[in-house]
Amino acid sequence: MPINILMPALSPTMTEGKLAKWLKAEGDAVKAGDVLAEIETDKATMEMEAVEDGTLGKILVPGGTEGVAVNTIIAVLLEEGESADTLTQSAPTPTFPLPQAGEGGGAPSTPRPPAGEGLGVRAVEDEKVYASYKRQTVREALRDAMAEEMRADAGVFLLGEEVAQYQGAYKVSQGLLDEFGAERVIDTPITEMGFAGLACGAGYAGLKPIVEFMTMNFSMQAIDHVINSAAKTLYMSGGQQPCSIVFRGPNGAASRVGAQHSQCYASWYAHCPGLKVIAPWSAADAKGLLKAAIRDPNPVVFLENELLYGQSFDVPDDPDFVLPIGKAKIERTGAHVTITAFSRMVQVALDAAEILKAEGIEAEVINLRTIRPLDVDTIVASVKKTNRIVSLEEGWPVAGIGSEIAAQMMDNAFDWLDAPVVRVAGADVPMPYAANLEKLALPQVDQVAEAARSVCYRR
Amino acid sequence: MAARKKEKGVAVPTPDELIRYYREMLLIRRFEEKAGQLYGMGLINGFCHLYIGQEAVVVGMQAAAGPADSCITSYRDHGHMLVCGMDPKGVMAELTGRAGGYSRGKGGSMHMFSREKRFYGGHGIVGAQVPLGTGLGFAHKYSKDNGVAHVYCGDGAVNQGQVYESFNMASLWKLPVVFVIENNKYAMGTSTVRHAAGQELFMRGAAYGIPGEAVNGMSIIAVREAATRALEHARSGEGPYILEMNTYRYRGHSMSDPAKYRSKEEVTKMREQHDPIDQLKDKLLADGLIDDAGLKEIDREVKAVVTEAAEFSQTSPEPDASELWTDVLIEA
Repeated sequence: MPINILMPALSPTMTEGKLAKWLKAEGDAVKAGDVLAEIETDKATMEMEAVEDGTLGKILVPGGTEGVAVNTIIAVLLEEGESADTLTQSAPTPTFPLPQAGEGGGAPSTPRPPAGEGLGVRAVEDEKVYASYKRQTVREALRDAMAEEMRADAGVFLLGEEVAQYQGAYKVSQGLLDEFGAERVIDTPITEMGFAGLACGAGYAGLKPIVEFMTMNFSMQAIDHVINSAAKTLYMSGGQQPCSIVFRGPNGAASRVGAQHSQCYASWYAHCPGLKVIAPWSAADAKGLLKAAIRDPNPVVFLENELLYGQSFDVPDDPDFVLPIGKAKIERTGAHVTITAFSRMVQVALDAAEILKAEGIEAEVINLRTIRPLDVDTIVASVKKTNRIVSLEEGWPVAGIGSEIAAQMMDNAFDWLDAPVVRVAGADVPMPYAANLEKLALPQVDQVAEAARSVCYRR
Repeated sequence: MAARKKEKGVAVPTPDELIRYYREMLLIRRFEEKAGQLYGMGLINGFCHLYIGQEAVVVGMQAAAGPADSCITSYRDHGHMLVCGMDPKGVMAELTGRAGGYSRGKGGSMHMFSREKRFYGGHGIVGAQVPLGTGLGFAHKYSKDNGVAHVYCGDGAVNQGQVYESFNMASLWKLPVVFVIENNKYAMGTSTVRHAAGQELFMRGAAYGIPGEAVNGMSIIAVREAATRALEHARSGEGPYILEMNTYRYRGHSMSDPAKYRSKEEVTKMREQHDPIDQLKDKLLADGLIDDAGLKEIDREVKAVVTEAAEFSQTSPEPDASELWTDVLIEA
């Protein structure tokens, strides 16, 4: 039986990649362990090795092909005595559906419309409209934000694990070492508490560090410095000792990486006075808010999302583009129910709004953008219109952002509510690994739609 | 060592310098005694860690400091602030929680800062100031200002993991940092014998290639000499240096500590035979650099400064209630 060679998934979030180059030709003998081809992911170029002995019978996807879906048959390996003539396989197709972890599982397999596109809105309310926009991934937007601020201010520097020579564990800092040199783009040892503390000290001395945590999960090693050394110092010095610093990195669940690497820190950091906490969704959010965070004289925790890094959005093509911290954005207007969300959950909320629209429910989707200070005014103004609110977040429900929003509604919008506030949140369990369980642990579009129906008394 | 001293050019302190060190140590001693009194009167509350007995360490380090050097320490910080040039009135008023305190009453004994004097706290989490201070060293190197970070910690802190994370980065990146381990023999109530595997704390950087030496921390002359050597090493781009200052605190860990973990005899022996201020006084007299009248004059001056600070700390008003809400964030 000829053996199908499949396009491999080379990272937990990879759904497709470029087959850069074949290193074996048809007819070549292959031993297990031989490098067959080079595969480019969005993060790196990796070698694909043969796992069985045989002869490379037929190459189905030629070198240089982009966008090859994971699990596509890219070649066929012949065992001893088999002939390439017997092969009939031609059009490469995935052999089975991609595993879907969480809603959309990894980067969405179908292209999303650009932010706002198809919804009849690009900029709502006082969101400025720019003359031109360019299509960018969230990853590129973050990189550009850092590069622009580093060009503008010699005190800004980036440090973290693999940020320099490796070009970023998730390739967010790609190219920065080349442009700014090793004095300003600094590979650290794996020593989160140490380098977070070091960065706070540099912040005391007047520099403006950007600390990249490879993921925010590892910031738990350093949380004493984030809170005790960065957040509290201005206050306990009576205003004398500022610390301008950004702690950034991917937050929340990625895809199938298990309990210790899948956690949302929004609630943890939002709890602490002295910090600002930002959680962007789109590439425009990422760029405009990261620039604002770097310029801010206070400590800022900047919660990114690995699954969003590869997604593309329209970003204002304007050197002065920056977004205000503490201001939410209405991504979609609607009269019947308000849905608040942040980071990747904004897309889930927008998808739910589409389903609801077909049922005659117009949902207003608020992208919180900043978690602390929370833009309560925008939420309250929306609830005064819709009289109903659903809070959506990926993190745990207990003492979560939804709990805070519910309390704010009691304080500020009680008389306008026609239904109790409903929270949709991640399951109150450590993140499971199994694909089906992980999906159950994360908020899904249907749950959000159902919650919206319930507050509209429509079920 | 003698040859090295000559080579490195550690200058012998002048008579004026010696008298200045005496005055600085005495100021710390009297200030801390007064703080202890005010604590007993209920004017100072919470945590209050006195530096009495350890004065030669920070005075000797500062004696060798360069103009751009920075300083950071833990919660036993009053002495460091005074020698860095911070106003005793502002320090004492912070201890009493008054508006005239360095942190406007919002920090307390453990949390005072002066960017003007390059004193960066005042930190209450044991060991946390070590990476923070390493960051000060990073900033000195980044901005090429020729400064060295003086990073103090106690013998208890050297068992914290982040101290070694700092040693590693400081050595790896050749940061201008002098780590000063103030070994006063007790991590709160646990003696070094009971908390440290290996009593040579100056060797704790050996695995990272950081030179270290043990210093008689009760001798201002010895401290100053070692400090000069260590600071020169760090300033010249050779990377960090560790000084283990063998010292002793006469009082408990904090005001509420009865210090039952050590004998009265041990404390008495240190006070009577190794007191840093008495040792320098004896030397000044023996060398004929000062007479009794001169010493009395210094006593009077120091007492006046401390009395003024104590009065200020009681007459300065409590912070206005509106201060509760200020200084959380800088309004951009």
